[in-house]
Parts: sequence; C-alpha cells; structure tokens
Amino acid sequence: MYAVNFLILAAVLFAIGVFGVIARRNAVMVLMSIELILNSVNLNLIAFAMMNNSSEGHVFALYVIAVAAAEVGVGLAMVLMIYRNRRSIALDELSVMKG
Amino acid sequence: MSSLFAADVNVAQNVGFYIIAAIMVFGALRVVSGRNVVHAALWLVVVLGGVAAQYLLAAAEFVAISQVMVYIGAVMVLFLFGIMLTRATIGEESDLNNKNWAIGIPVALLLAGTLVWVIVDEFGGEVLTSPEEPMSTTAISDVFLREGLVPFLALSFVLLAAAIGAIVLARKD
Repeated sequence: MYAVNFLILAAVLFAIGVFGVIARRNAVMVLMSIELILNSVNLNLIAFAMMNNSSEGHVFALYVIAVAAAEVGVGLAMVLMIYRNRRSIALDELSVMKG
Repeated sequence: MSSLFAADVNVAQNVGFYIIAAIMVFGALRVVSGRNVVHAALWLVVVLGGVAAQYLLAAAEFVAISQVMVYIGAVMVLFLFGIMLTRATIGEESDLNNKNWAIGIPVALLLAGTLVWVIVDEFGGEVLTSPEEPMSTTAISDVFLREGLVPFLALSFVLLAAAIGAIVLARKD
C-alpha cells in the first residue's frame, strides 16, 4: 500500500470538514465538522507512524483523541448554555460582541 | 495517478482500504450536506467507524480500540444529547446552512487540491510496508511513561478541567 492512499484520504476528509465549518449555521453541526477535521489529522499521524515504524505517532493520535473528547464536552456545554439563554444556536445570530 | 494503485503489495489490504475510504467520504459528505441533524450525527458514526477500520488496516489496534470507545461510545452520545437538548423539532430543517454557504465549496476544493498536490509531490512513490505484527501496547506505553510522561499528566489535568468546566457551564443556577 502506498503512503499517499492514507494521506489523500485524510486531505479529502479535512477539506470536507473545513467546508462544514464554513457552511453550517447550527453550532452542533460545526462541532461535528471539527470532529471530522481532527480525525483526518489522526489518520495522518497513524500513516506517518506506519511509514517510520515508530510508536510516537500512535501516542500523538491518542493525545488528539483525548483533547477532542475534552473539547466536545466543553463545547457542547457552552452550546447548551447559549441555547438556554437565547433559545437559538444559530451562529450568525451571536453578535453580542460585534463592535 | 497510477501510483494510487499499488499492485505489488497486499491486494486484500488495498481493496479493503478503497471500500472503507469510499464509505467514509460518502458519509462525510452526508454529514456536511444533510438537512437533518440527527441523520448527520448518525452518518458521523459511520465516518468514525471507518476511521477505526483504517487504523486496524494500518496496524494501530490500540488506537482503533480507543477510537471506538471514546468517539463512538462517548462523543456520539454527547452529540446526540446535545441535539436533543437544543432542538425542539426532530426532522428536516431548511435553515441549517449560512446564507453564503456556497463560498465554502471553492475554499474546500482549493484546500483539497493544494493538499493532494503537495502530498503526491512529496510522497508519490513511497510504499508503506505492512509491519509483521501490530504496534504493541507495550511500545505505546513505553513512550507514554518515559518521554511523554509530562504531557500525559498535563492531559489528565486538561480532562479534569474540561469535566469540571462542563459541569459548571451546564448547571442550571
């Protein structure tokens, strides 16, 4: 198997995730797109670990998984609080801090 | 692009890779283009499961099991609870996208094109040799408990802070 297989799959997933972050209006959907991006980076790390036959890439992938879990927990708590205060999680309506 | 088809190595591995990759890309497109939030979350399960399967193909079994337990087991439950707690209507919605969402298409295409060009230019002919046996948990824990010990402990504090922060943010008073 060639290394570009994994890397191109990860690049395509990354681009799809970036499109989701740009296009989506619902905050939960944006968080899902961020999960896509993080997973594509993890695929890259595993592919490079396989390429160099080392275990550091696996360790970094596990770090990313743990940080992503923390991010989703805090992010969804924030979304929940915004929904409770404003009855809406549409991102373009959150303009309180706009100058 | 004949370099994308590696005939000189494990055929079954290649076939499995392409099938899983096609399912993953289709699922990812459904996640970012669907009109139903719950369906998007369920397609995300397909993508995350496909990533776990690719880890198994890449001989990273510990990471694959972690992926299944953390993402499919925990993160997806969080997402489904988040959807249920923030949406009164379960079903199709018409206003899931921004007004100028179409600008994301050229951005994503440009990004994908640039990345694929750079990757093919740099790693064009490089062959991944399948290891004899999967990366052992012993090797991973050796890194975690020697040079990676300080980041490992810091990570546990990050998780603790995230748990406390989520409770503080989400409680009702």
